[in-house]
Amino acid sequence: MVVNSVHWFRKGLRLHDNPALQEALKGADTLRCVYVLDPWFAGSANVGVNRWRFLLESLEDLDACLRKLNSRLFVVRGQPADVFPRLFKEWGVTRLTFEYDSEPYGKERDAAIIKMAQEFGVETVVKKSHTLYDLDRIIEMNNSSPPLTFKRFQAIVNRLGLPRKPLPTVTRQQMDGCWTDVSMNHDERFGVPTLEELGFKTQELSPAVWKGGETEALERLKKHLDRKAWVANFERPQINVCSLMASPTGLSPYLRFGCLSCRLFYYELRDLYLKVRKHSSPPLSLFGQLLWREFFYTAATNNPNFDRMEGNPICVQIPWDHNPEALAKWAEGRTGFPWIDAIMTQLRQEGWIHHLARHAVACFLTRGDLWLSWESGMRVFEELLLDADWSVNAGSWMWLSCSAFFQQFFHCYCPVGFGRRTDPSGDYIRKYIPKLRDYPNRYIYEPWNAPESVQKAVNCVVGVDYPRPMINHAEVSRLNIERMKQVYQQLSHYKGLSLLASVPTIQEEAELPRSDDSQSHNSSDVQSDEPSKKASLGKRERPSELQRPPACTQPKVQRRSTAEGSSSKQQY
Amino acid sequence: MAAGTTVHHYCMNYSCSAPSLGPRMKRGRFNIQLNNPSLSTPERAVKRRRSGASGFHWHEPHLPDSVEDWGNLPHHVVLQIFQYLSLVDRARASSVCRRWNDVFHIPDLWRRFEFELNQPATSYLKSTHPDLIQQIIKRHAQHLQYVSFKVDSCTESAEAACDILSQLVNCTIKTLGLISTARPSFMNVSQSHFVSALTVVFVNSKSLSSIKIDDTPVDDPSLKVLVANNSDTLKLLKMSSCPHVSPAGILCVADQCHGLRELALNYHLLSDELLLALSSEKHVHLEHLRIDVVSENPGQTQFHTIKKSSWDALIRHSPKVNIVMYFFLYEEEFEPFFCEETPVTHLYFGRAVSKEMLGRIGLNCPRLVELVVCANGVEPLDEELIRIAERCKSLTAIGLGECEVTCTGFIEFVKRCGGRLSQLSIMEEVLIPDNSYNPEQIHNEVSKYLGRMWFPDMMPTW
Repeated sequence: MVVNSVHWFRKGLRLHDNPALQEALKGADTLRCVYVLDPWFAGSANVGVNRWRFLLESLEDLDACLRKLNSRLFVVRGQPADVFPRLFKEWGVTRLTFEYDSEPYGKERDAAIIKMAQEFGVETVVKKSHTLYDLDRIIEMNNSSPPLTFKRFQAIVNRLGLPRKPLPTVTRQQMDGCWTDVSMNHDERFGVPTLEELGFKTQELSPAVWKGGETEALERLKKHLDRKAWVANFERPQINVCSLMASPTGLSPYLRFGCLSCRLFYYELRDLYLKVRKHSSPPLSLFGQLLWREFFYTAATNNPNFDRMEGNPICVQIPWDHNPEALAKWAEGRTGFPWIDAIMTQLRQEGWIHHLARHAVACFLTRGDLWLSWESGMRVFEELLLDADWSVNAGSWMWLSCSAFFQQFFHCYCPVGFGRRTDPSGDYIRKYIPKLRDYPNRYIYEPWNAPESVQKAVNCVVGVDYPRPMINHAEVSRLNIERMKQVYQQLSHYKGLSLLASVPTIQEEAELPRSDDSQSHNSSDVQSDEPSKKASLGKRERPSELQRPPACTQPKVQRRSTAEGSSSKQQY
Repeated sequence: MAAGTTVHHYCMNYSCSAPSLGPRMKRGRFNIQLNNPSLSTPERAVKRRRSGASGFHWHEPHLPDSVEDWGNLPHHVVLQIFQYLSLVDRARASSVCRRWNDVFHIPDLWRRFEFELNQPATSYLKSTHPDLIQQIIKRHAQHLQYVSFKVDSCTESAEAACDILSQLVNCTIKTLGLISTARPSFMNVSQSHFVSALTVVFVNSKSLSSIKIDDTPVDDPSLKVLVANNSDTLKLLKMSSCPHVSPAGILCVADQCHGLRELALNYHLLSDELLLALSSEKHVHLEHLRIDVVSENPGQTQFHTIKKSSWDALIRHSPKVNIVMYFFLYEEEFEPFFCEETPVTHLYFGRAVSKEMLGRIGLNCPRLVELVVCANGVEPLDEELIRIAERCKSLTAIGLGECEVTCTGFIEFVKRCGGRLSQLSIMEEVLIPDNSYNPEQIHNEVSKYLGRMWFPDMMPTW
């Protein structure tokens, strides 16, 4: 029987460690690699030009890599549900493969595609490769609910042992076995569109700081590891002004689009650690960034309301203000706080900011200063941030706004002091807000406190050339701490005087014996552990609002032997 | 939040006179076998006629007399049940029949009410429906005893609250709370409007015991009215950040209201005289004193000091008093504080506080129970923390934000405090690895000394 495969790229824009693509190749007579892109989506959706550029570059790179294997990428214009029936017929498709998407929206869409494929007699194979672990397995090990604290999550991951090894990249030999005719008008019909074609104005667009694509991702990975090996220090790096700038070894956007396999990254890090540190096995903290990502994917996978406050069982209901004007000031970097404005400018220009910078602006927008909903901040990040993933973005915003995951809310970042501690001379501000370039160090974080003579001397008068601070931080932090206390005391039924005790404690992590970091991640540990007990709240009752998600009644995706359905809200 | 929605739904039902619930009811389900002889038949007859007239036949005509129905439950039983129901459920139930509707209006059910006033443009929260507000003012104002107003950041909301307040003339309110759920909006109401509304309540309710009016334009004259009418009953007064009150204004309250047990105010109102007045023989023991120390611009405010003898007098008089201080100052403004022994129990530093200041706390705050430091400089706080552990024997809760402590110093601190630290919240970044410990090992050590599992707080790397 003839096997005509189509591999559908969404995330996972790579040829290395791509299990679904490998499935497509198995015994296939033809293989076509498809990306479905809705040109209408570009104009309407809440995705900024930097993210589109990154996507298109990634697709270009994918096409270039496929050309080297004597194949091409087929970028098909339209909606998956409209496109596939057409392609199935035109190409006589018998097998459709794609990477599993754990996000609720993606699961729903993929379920529909799988059903449609069945109607056309097309076999579908779905493989998990966007996350290190099978998220459903993590949930199962936590008594069928996603862990709500990172420690608990780590404890479970510890028992899961190592993730699956990454698969090798697709080879020319493999491809030669399923050569497909590429028509003369391929570029016309299936070429990667340009930003102009998608309706973006590109004249004023500055060159990309982050270049999309697998090739770039693998080069960065190499540099990342070289640097780690050279530093030979695997501890949390000290933050300074350099950390705030886009780094040529940064990987997060590549993980987001799947230009880089998280498992490849994991194993390369691990191997390096084992090599440098000889016998000691790597601590979980080595994989911090990867595990946080995994944590939020797990929390979101069965919760279609994960990106909003209402109807979201893990989200504390906080009476945020509505204030579009204040939101716009924040989003456009016009708050009058140079530290906040510089971060938002960098985000808009380059599409990436350091995680401490994310903490700073997220805290400022929500519980720290402006008291605006994390949802609106999340949407701005979704538009601008290259690595904004639905789950990770929403989860991080809930975390930072103290809307979930049992956070102490007294940890607030001061919009003046926090930046100053990281970058005392304000070089970061000078770079992104050139107007303030000549301010003396003393006033660069609070220009409104500079004497008028100084403001005039540096040609930047506050209130004229640069905005006045939009709020009085001392005053609002006093109010906001009271607001948070109100919310949390209600939640925890705590009436005492202690600020710290008003946050409900969750003891879930305490009940799971956590294997020591010196122990290996050997899966044999798994057997010895007690089955995890249900998460339970500490001395105080578990607030009803935070009851475990009532086994979110997401329509279960039809399962095939290997797989499930998937993709995210965006169609990457 | 839930309450907001509830009330809103309630109002939707409330305003439509035809109960939507009625037709959906299965009649049979509303019949109930009751062997309770106390049910009076005449009432039942009345009921039957009325429901017949309104088109609802709660009783099938052929049913034997022994079958009683829900509509015949005696008042006190319905009342008992209603007390367990939310307003929305009571409202729905009240549209079942006249008798239930009567119970709905029983004063006991209207002692406590929370008005929620929000503008859709600025708040996610629903509001108490205007019809319901009118109903309450008309029919239940005299029943209200525990009243609170939750308003959002809109001036209109605060003004609406004042309008309601000024209509509460025939009341015997015991507790009154004006609560801003977002940015305080009462400050934007004209002072005369606010004060006249507030004094309506002060004058008419002569048995106010607890008043929470933080962030409002209350002034000295209105406090005088409060004292003149409620001095015997006042137990709690919370008025943090009320800029129109002077030290003399609050002193007048302390002088006259001998039952005052809880007081919250800003530092600029705190004086030696006030502490002495609260410590007078006639005065009951003070239980809570909350002091907010706020400055808006660096160098703007010179803070006075409180004499040790005044603090001592207070502690002699009220040995168990909790003194809670919230600081929102710039580092250089801390000079006047904690130079002498201060009986503070809960300390919160909302902005950066100097190492030196934390050192003084270890020396001069022997009653300290909780310490929260949001930020500090970049020098490790080891010595200061260890001193605090040694000298503050009652310390049970500590939270450190943007500070630095070496792992060894931190473990030393925890070791000295031991199991009494029931709250220990430290950001992971606070702990500086040193030769003895790294952050990976620290949780084991700390857990050992605390006698429970402990981890540092984390922020996502994202």
